[in-house]
Amino acid sequence: MSVVTQASPAAAQNAAPEREWRPPSYWPFVIPALVVVLAVIVFPWLFTIWMSLNEWKVGSPTTFVGLANYLRLPNDPRFVEAVWHTVFYTVLSVLLPLIFGTLAAVVFHQKFAGRGFLRGVFIMPMMATPVAIALVWTMMFHPQLGVLNYLLSLVGIPPQLWVFNPATVIPSLVLVETWQWTPLVMLIVLGGLAAIPTEPYESAQIDGANFWQMFRYITLPLITPFLFIAGMIRMIDAVKSFDIIFAITQGGPGSASETINLYLYSVAFVYYDLGYGSAIAVVFFLLIVALAALLLYLRKRMLWTEIGAGA
Amino acid sequence: MNPRQIMGRIGLWLSVFIIVSPAILFFLWMASLSLKFEVDNAAYPPVFIPENIAWKNYADVLGSNRFLTYFINSLVVTGCATALAMLVGVPAGYGIARMAAHKSAIVILIARITPGLSYLIPLFLLFQWLGLLGTLVPQIIIHLVVTVPIVIWIMIGYFETTPLELEEAALIDGATRWQVFRHVALPIARPGLAVAFILAVIFSWNNFVFGIVLAGRETRTLPVAVYNMISFDQLSWGPLAAAALIVTAPVLLLTVMAQRQIVAGLTAGAVKGG
Repeated sequence: MSVVTQASPAAAQNAAPEREWRPPSYWPFVIPALVVVLAVIVFPWLFTIWMSLNEWKVGSPTTFVGLANYLRLPNDPRFVEAVWHTVFYTVLSVLLPLIFGTLAAVVFHQKFAGRGFLRGVFIMPMMATPVAIALVWTMMFHPQLGVLNYLLSLVGIPPQLWVFNPATVIPSLVLVETWQWTPLVMLIVLGGLAAIPTEPYESAQIDGANFWQMFRYITLPLITPFLFIAGMIRMIDAVKSFDIIFAITQGGPGSASETINLYLYSVAFVYYDLGYGSAIAVVFFLLIVALAALLLYLRKRMLWTEIGAGA
Repeated sequence: MNPRQIMGRIGLWLSVFIIVSPAILFFLWMASLSLKFEVDNAAYPPVFIPENIAWKNYADVLGSNRFLTYFINSLVVTGCATALAMLVGVPAGYGIARMAAHKSAIVILIARITPGLSYLIPLFLLFQWLGLLGTLVPQIIIHLVVTVPIVIWIMIGYFETTPLELEEAALIDGATRWQVFRHVALPIARPGLAVAFILAVIFSWNNFVFGIVLAGRETRTLPVAVYNMISFDQLSWGPLAAAALIVTAPVLLLTVMAQRQIVAGLTAGAVKGG
């Protein structure tokens, strides 16, 4: 006891100057970035919230209107429609890349010659400049001259209007989005596959399991956490998707492919209604955060049921 | 090899072929469009390899003096935004990793979730008040929204894995924190610097949304310039496809050449800008 009481002040004395001196010493490294982040990320956010509480149009005086901009939202049919377009677009653009990305990851997990190079080729769609890609897809979607209708005709399917028909515009855009972002899911799932030990497969092989059974009962459960991460990232990106939709359809035909992000663009930079646009930006952000939180919650619950089932 | 293994090998190569073909066929078709005269681009059934190759499409795009302006704009914006991001982001990643200030990563996460458009509204007004519209400065600043979080995020991950023993030894020998960073930590983290640099360059180069709002006639970057070509020459596909390929070619080359670094960076942070 006495040894402890004697030793601890001495230790504290030794540690005290160290502890006071250490943490601030790393601050100079962080401060420049902190200034930049405050200026280009935090300040715009605070200013957006402030603008959303004002009637703020370019060229006319601003007035404080409280929550009026937010109350406009549920009664704005174009906004409500945009929400549904976003939901439809997002669900498809999360599920399809998840499915194809997982299959691609299983293939890229095997060893074959030129794997590194082919993986590089496979991720080209996600790295390429979105506008450049969108331009070529627009040509491919062309109902008369586009190569896609020619390919369909080879297998006997009648020509489609693709992005020129309100009924097929969103699935057509999702086709582009899936083509573009399947590689990201593949990379994340590939990371998951690399972490799986080989023993379960060896014992399953001895027990006579086939490839599908091994995938279904060993691989899939073990990569579920990675699928969740991939799904979450995909969800965030799909909700925000802008370049592809804007460059191919600009939200058209009519407003058939107008998602929240495109509507936000129109409100803020076509009609220059910055107050209302800011309100949409805030609600949009909260929506993304809520969706991400929901996915995290689902993941937690799934983990619990797995543990529960295991016990 | 027994017959079963051979079958497995064939199946594997077939799957690889099926998986990679959408990417390969797309870019080949893009190249084909860019090398054809209008007659061939409007032909039905489509022509894949034309008899007469239209190098002229590339000459037209590269020869227009506007293209040079836009190319320089893109270089300046991406160059400055990446250089500034490395300058502030690398030390910040180091500081955050060593202070174990993991909560600060939340800001990066928020930046990752926020739609790029929401930064544009307030910053657009700010630049207007400051009278900066019409120069490249607004675009350089707003591209920091993309590049700074990428660099910080990747560098945090890298500095967390580099060994502390060397740094502690240098400190005991009387080196300052700055000297330790400059001469011990930074050289070890060189692969991380490459990853952060490459990804920042690509996502800044590709960015489109900031340009359509902030760029004027003289300050367009290449993606915005290509987009504007769509509205003006709806019908001449050859030069359009050539322009699209020229814009994205540097990125595609970088992707295939540096695929190891890109894969490492993307799986570490799964970052994407805008």
